[in-house]
Amino acid sequence: MKETSQEIYSKFQELGVEIPLQDIEDRLDKMVSKFKVPKEEARRSVVNYFLKEHNIPRNQFYTGQSESSLMKISELNVDGKWVNIKGKVVQLWENTHESISQVGLIADETGTIKFTKWGSAEFPEVTEGQSYLFKSVVVNEWNGKFQLNMNKSSSVEQLDEDITVGTSTITFTGALVDIQSGSGLIKRCPQCNRALTKGACMEHGKVDGVYDLRIKAVLDDGIIAQDAIIKRDLAEEMTGLTLESAIALAADALDQGVVLEEMKKLLVGKYYTATGSRVERYLLVDSLVQRSAMDPQELDELIAAAEVV
Amino acid sequence: MAGYSREVARRVFAQEFRESTLTFKDGEDQYAPQYLMTPTGARVNRLFIVGTLVEKEDIGTDSEYWRGRVIDPTGSFMIYAGQYQPEAAQALAECEIPAFVAIVGKPSTYTTGEGDVHTSVRPESMHIVDGQTRDLWVIDTARKTLTRLKELEGGSDSPDVAKAKEYYSPDVKHYYSMVSQALVSLKETY
Repeated sequence: MKETSQEIYSKFQELGVEIPLQDIEDRLDKMVSKFKVPKEEARRSVVNYFLKEHNIPRNQFYTGQSESSLMKISELNVDGKWVNIKGKVVQLWENTHESISQVGLIADETGTIKFTKWGSAEFPEVTEGQSYLFKSVVVNEWNGKFQLNMNKSSSVEQLDEDITVGTSTITFTGALVDIQSGSGLIKRCPQCNRALTKGACMEHGKVDGVYDLRIKAVLDDGIIAQDAIIKRDLAEEMTGLTLESAIALAADALDQGVVLEEMKKLLVGKYYTATGSRVERYLLVDSLVQRSAMDPQELDELIAAAEVV
Repeated sequence: MAGYSREVARRVFAQEFRESTLTFKDGEDQYAPQYLMTPTGARVNRLFIVGTLVEKEDIGTDSEYWRGRVIDPTGSFMIYAGQYQPEAAQALAECEIPAFVAIVGKPSTYTTGEGDVHTSVRPESMHIVDGQTRDLWVIDTARKTLTRLKELEGGSDSPDVAKAKEYYSPDVKHYYSMVSQALVSLKETY
């Protein structure tokens, strides 16, 4: 009990408020002994009481002791974790809800993550292209994806440095084991570029789509199954199918699905090395090279390894 | 809520696959994934195989039901594709034999009246590939198998290894020589 009150006392002292130690102790004691409040709760309520008494904003008290540590975006994989992030606002979206102040994407050298700045966040709006140090933002998992929330206790500092984003490329070698639906010849919304499902955009409803080619592939090295997205130019290069010929193919068959079938025939079951950047669970492929010949030296090494016993 | 994650396709040689008899479910739920544990400790819910399709036959009575035999350097995989594997069944129906094929599929087991366990593969997809891809698969599978053997020997504390050890008490040498045989066969064709 003494310790807790001492702790609270010095904490307030740091903030420039002198509260008699005895007062704190009395209050704590009353809560715990008389009203049977658990110690942690009692502590919180005592702190809140004095904060109110002296008109100190809560976040001022809590940021100092917050355990949020500076992390990289690619490491954000724990729901509910408070972190500090150095990142660049790479995109701001139109926000749809009055209690949200801003929505967009933040990136650092390791990856990109969606953020939501709630109306309760008490710092000025961020601007696109600017790098910041975001303090005390909370990681939130939704639908299997992670995002950052900035709320009342979050704060932000502008950085002079310009954070380079997405330079980290990863390389993945494995067998292409599947091409998923949503691949092949697809239509995109002319307004937001989202892929249409059944001719409708999630955001803008029924629209006249624009044709595009893409491949959502699964590369599998026997240890990890990596989702990969191959964009139009690379898809054309890998399959020899141009967008025009794919449209013609689909028109002949009266079915967009034939393009997907054709792509599967050409690509599935073979080994590839893909290079690109990681966005969420996807690898955005910049280059895809089929592994053709095996390496005789590798073979010799493996034979040696198998002979060990 | 943990996001859904796709089962990795394991690499196992035909001989080891044939000698696998332990299946189990991960959890009590009726939708819990089913696994086949191989003697070297591969926990298989999905397989990736590249080999030579040497036989195929439609053994269905009412509807098409295809059986195929795919050879790798250590033995053969039996594959069965019916109406619930339309993509693979169609590919089997259309392809000529022999051919190099790449198959992604699920392991399935059948216990005979005598208590013998037969393993087979229910393909999700089958595609024609080239000989080089097949060679790469042999190397890939050899490497993965060697890694598993090392873990078996090294007393790794992974639950899969422990499970395989306890159930099969595998003869490690037997599997080393299987890998060796597969690799040497590759060397000879060079």
